[in-house]
Amino acid sequence: MPKRPIPESTPETEEFWAGARRGELRIQRCNACGKAYFFPRPFCPACSSKNVAWFTASGRGKLYSYVINYRPAYGFQDYVPYVIAVVQLDEGPRMMTNIIGVDPTPENLPIDLPVEVTWEKQDDTITLPIFRPIGAAS
Amino acid sequence: MSAAIVGAAETDSVAIQPDKSALQLHAEAAFNALADCGLTIADVDGVLCAGQSPVSVVEYLGITPTYIDGTSVGGCSFMIHVRHAAAAIKAGLCSVALITHGESGRSRVGMGGWGSSKQMPGAQFEEPYGVAGPPTRFTIPILRHMHEYGTTHEQLASVAVATRRWAEKNPRAMMRDPITIDDVLNSRMIAYPIHLLECCLVTDGGGALVVVSAERAKDFPKKPVYVLGTGESSEHSMISQMHDFTESRAFKVSGKLAFDEAKIAHKDIDHAMFYDAFAHTPMFALEALGFVGKGESGPFFEAMRTAPGGDFPLNTNGGGLSYTHTGMYGMFAIQESVRQLRGEAAAQLPNIRTSIAHGVGGMFHAAGTLILTNDERA
Repeated sequence: MPKRPIPESTPETEEFWAGARRGELRIQRCNACGKAYFFPRPFCPACSSKNVAWFTASGRGKLYSYVINYRPAYGFQDYVPYVIAVVQLDEGPRMMTNIIGVDPTPENLPIDLPVEVTWEKQDDTITLPIFRPIGAAS
Repeated sequence: MSAAIVGAAETDSVAIQPDKSALQLHAEAAFNALADCGLTIADVDGVLCAGQSPVSVVEYLGITPTYIDGTSVGGCSFMIHVRHAAAAIKAGLCSVALITHGESGRSRVGMGGWGSSKQMPGAQFEEPYGVAGPPTRFTIPILRHMHEYGTTHEQLASVAVATRRWAEKNPRAMMRDPITIDDVLNSRMIAYPIHLLECCLVTDGGGALVVVSAERAKDFPKKPVYVLGTGESSEHSMISQMHDFTESRAFKVSGKLAFDEAKIAHKDIDHAMFYDAFAHTPMFALEALGFVGKGESGPFFEAMRTAPGGDFPLNTNGGGLSYTHTGMYGMFAIQESVRQLRGEAAAQLPNIRTSIAHGVGGMFHAAGTLILTNDERA
């Protein structure tokens, strides 16, 4: 596992990280306009309504775009090349992640490849959502 | 048309200079630009800068201005500064605005910290995934554009080739050896689909501009460069939150503002400077600013229309890809627009009347656009 920079939660993101510790992808939906959104905020970025609620996303989505990185960040030296991706969740929002469980080649990573979340525990507070192709071994 | 650039200069060198701090580069550029228009630092009452805070720059220069603007949103900050300077002058907040850029991007002398926090949105939702600077984030949209529009690796590479052909004509350009599409595609893979020769340089240097009212502009030694139209916008701070990976909303908003204000048609633009942090950045600009339709930039670049001899001269200094790139390159794009409009460029175009300088801030985070002219009747 790469040595990743470990973030710290803030008040409006704590539910996301609490969900991650349980293996649940917690994101928000606006009750006014119906749109799901990420990253966490106490109002809807589409319509500004404060009538929003947390829910557990399916954890499935598609590979929206990515790079295969050959110039590692600190802590990733032993994992080159690795995939830095943006995934579009089935619920709509997009998030950055890595794609694991597949050799990092363009042939293995067609755009819109279906992916699903898996979890990588960093410490007692931070567990990160990482994605893999649906059906790939963990 | 209310304002004009009357002074413009870069630092003596725009290469690698570990003997100068970032603030020193701000000041060197400032004094060069003031000398260019026959003013002294005592004449300056407005200071606009990025990277370093205006409080550091005015302290270093030893002045106490009546107007300061520290808009620091990456490489397009200086396009935005020209816009703000024009507005401030029109509003009577200052009369001689000095815009400075200085960055020890390569040697990292006197650069200060990155202000990193483990709690910012980017720290929580992007940095854990092994991002390592702009080559790993700015480039993520490319494959989506390729997927949706059939943009090819060769088309991306052609941006670097066309830009290098301009650099061959510029003695100050850092990279001047001719390159081919194959050279680009065979250069080291940095972050697929981007190769080394599709990435900008990393250098040390600076530049500065002096802006006054259009009425005063003819009182200075050099031919004035009038500010015909300006735009600015911002969209996100995390690349993952860009609304559509095939187009920049910030580019579109900024470009439309500039064209609406300038009241000129795209065909009336004689020269263009589109910030080229990577090969895809000017492709996105060409489309978002409306010079071609969505998805049409690949064939346009592949036809070498932006290279010397083409019908759309772009990045005629050699760009961030081959001239210089300190980190916030936008200042150098404006400098080349000014040189072309004054008739002072190394690769001077004939009969040029208008130029557009379009900058990106961060990784599609922000945008600034200037449409400039040397025609006082425009």
